[in-house]
Amino acid sequence: MSQPSVEIVDLHYAYPDGHSALSAVHLHLHPGEKVALVGPNGAGKSTLLLHLNGILSHQTGELRICGLDVNAKNLGRVRALVGLVFQSPDDQLFSPTVFDDVAFGPIYQGLKPAQVDERVHAALSQVHMEEYARRVSHHLSVGEKKRIALATVLAMQPEVLALDEPSAGLDPRARRTLIHLLSEMPQTMLVATHDLPMVRELFTRTVVMDQGRVVADGPTAQILRDAALLEAHGLEMP
Amino acid sequence: MHVHFLDPYQDRPSLLHRLDARVKLLAALAFILTTSLTPPGIWAVYLLLLAGVVAAELLSDIPLGYYQKRALLALPFILAALPLPFTVSGTPLWTVSLGAWSLTASQEGVVRLLSIAFKSWISLQAAVVLVSTTAFPDLLMALRALRLPRLLVAIIGLMWRYLFVMVDEALRLMRARTARSGESAQAGLRPGGSVLWRARVAGGMAGSLFLRSIERSDRIYMAMLARGYDGEVRSSSTPRVPGREWLILTLFLFLLGALLALSLLLRAS
Amino acid sequence: MLFAPTPMHIPDGFLSTLVAVILWVLAVPVIAVSLRRVNRDLGEREVPVMGVLAAAIFAGQMLNFTVTGGTSGHLIGGALATIVLGPWAAVLVMTCVVAVQALIFQDGGLLALGANLFNMAIIAPFVAYAVYRLIQRVANGRSWTLFVGGFAAAWASVFVASLATALQLAASGTSPANVAVPAMAGIHALIGIGEGLITTGALALIFAARRDLLQRDAAPSTRSNTPVWVGGGLLALALVILSPLASAHPDGLEWVAEQKGFIDTAQGSLYNVIPDYVFPGISNEAAATILAGIVGALIVLGAAVALTASRRKQAKA
Repeated sequence: MSQPSVEIVDLHYAYPDGHSALSAVHLHLHPGEKVALVGPNGAGKSTLLLHLNGILSHQTGELRICGLDVNAKNLGRVRALVGLVFQSPDDQLFSPTVFDDVAFGPIYQGLKPAQVDERVHAALSQVHMEEYARRVSHHLSVGEKKRIALATVLAMQPEVLALDEPSAGLDPRARRTLIHLLSEMPQTMLVATHDLPMVRELFTRTVVMDQGRVVADGPTAQILRDAALLEAHGLEMP
Repeated sequence: MHVHFLDPYQDRPSLLHRLDARVKLLAALAFILTTSLTPPGIWAVYLLLLAGVVAAELLSDIPLGYYQKRALLALPFILAALPLPFTVSGTPLWTVSLGAWSLTASQEGVVRLLSIAFKSWISLQAAVVLVSTTAFPDLLMALRALRLPRLLVAIIGLMWRYLFVMVDEALRLMRARTARSGESAQAGLRPGGSVLWRARVAGGMAGSLFLRSIERSDRIYMAMLARGYDGEVRSSSTPRVPGREWLILTLFLFLLGALLALSLLLRAS
Repeated sequence: MLFAPTPMHIPDGFLSTLVAVILWVLAVPVIAVSLRRVNRDLGEREVPVMGVLAAAIFAGQMLNFTVTGGTSGHLIGGALATIVLGPWAAVLVMTCVVAVQALIFQDGGLLALGANLFNMAIIAPFVAYAVYRLIQRVANGRSWTLFVGGFAAAWASVFVASLATALQLAASGTSPANVAVPAMAGIHALIGIGEGLITTGALALIFAARRDLLQRDAAPSTRSNTPVWVGGGLLALALVILSPLASAHPDGLEWVAEQKGFIDTAQGSLYNVIPDYVFPGISNEAAATILAGIVGALIVLGAAVALTASRRKQAKA
């Protein structure tokens, strides 16, 4: 069997003030697997996503992306392998035009202008927004911004997508578009969300986190049926 | 991510924390002024001033190490005064020769350099004691009591309220940039882009922060109007400073005056 | 570190009291005028708009970019604020930023705050405005002037403010003019390039997203900004001419520093009041006075320790 895309073994992390944010987290994601990460606010979902591309670094445990240890030496490679999409697209879109925003990753990698161009157009077409290249990011709707934010990481051709609340704040139509989009993506995917109907629709496997720990990990259908489990961790049956 | 750790205020039940903010502000300003007025090289008085500020640190119930860490902030600025020993004329102390160059340090120059470093160090500590023992709203009240224009105090108050929001936003922008700063597996590519491009990206981030702030201020303004704001800054009346604390302040100012007189006498002698 | 001190925030101890006080006296009226002018233009919006933008500039100063290896550049923001908000609002915004940096974060001293306000909240916006208007006028308002003008304004604001800082240090006898001026000017000529690049980057984004914000200059009220750009231009000229002069004749400013008038006067008169005062047993020896200082310091510290200890005991009881 091929090596896992994401391999987390006994990961611990505490904030500088000593407050423990993650403890004893184990998680394996196989290539192409789509996994939902659910749990109450403050459960450690975002903190875990930030570890995947080394924005936060774990104190103990092991963390490998496509077989690469996440450490200072591999940081650059890991960041290209993991596309991290933040909850607020405004944080991710800081250039005058959509093109500049999507081009950030490829330019940073040192690609030639022609390659950058190609990557940007490929990424925009994956989110069905090719005609937006010359638009001003600031003027887009939330749904459009979220799709552009996704394109900014697709342009880096990542193996793993780590998405934080992709459907939050979207109107029903924009949410529907996004769900379609995510179902088309071939990458390994770890998605932190409160949107359980989307989880049921899109993900075969669900991981429940609470207070920095993985409290359940299994087939989505089984987890979303377990009323007691959901209630114990501040979730509601969809 | 939250940045409340930026706020230097440390909540403790100490004597110094309970002292009125106006008293503390005036005392800190008077202390810094006295330090500034003390002529160079009056070590005895410097030591007494240092003892004064360290005593305040002890009374504040906050570890001395914390103060010293914050007080190091001005250290790099010493570079500006470093040439003094060689440029102030006076009694020669030693000579450094670098090939054809030779520099002679004077005693007067060394004294002046050390005095500047010492004064800067104790003044900084006094300021740290003030902000570490006084909550920001109390400090604002004290500024108003010092006749700072109401409008300016209101602006600074609002600025403080949104400072943490904005710093959070800036940190999230930088985090999002870091997240996409990856290296290609393709061999022979140098990651990072050009300096010009990096500066332009940082500029884009600043512009986007600025723009969002302008739009946010519109929303805040509307929210203020919705609650009956009419442009008039009203402030609740401030409590009187207890007589006992006036006494403390008077005594402190008197001591500072005495120290100043002493330093001038010592210099003359 | 989040708040790396920039070489322009003068800490306390580095300015002579006289220089610090003079700069307070110069800075306060300008800030008072800016408060009134902004109030006239913005009315009741003044508090939220100025407060939020001051917070934004403060936070924006954290946005950095790698120059090479371990060095990085970051935004200062005086020129950006001037071009987007106009000179008076920029003075007010920068005043709040510099004041909070000094008051809360000890980035810059409290007694030295007058000087820091003068350099970063008055000179920087005024010079930025003068340069920006000049280039706009010469180029007759073509759109590229926004970027060329923005770059030049940002560079000049940093550079001229650093000259003022160097001269103040020299006049205080803290740093010889022939060292301070070239050193500060040299460093800030480079920092100014970074500032210029970031400022144009920011203007490019604002130009793309909200062009309306940058067209404020077409408004009729700019006529009354004439004193700003004349003042800014004169300040810049004076500092640019004065600095090399001072640098060539460092003793000139040294002389000013030596004439710190009122201290010597005060000292003289005090000495005259008690002409024959003799410290018992000290006999004017440096070592003895320092010893006395140490003893006094120990007494003060002892009292503080005793007081805290007794309070702790009380708290426990």
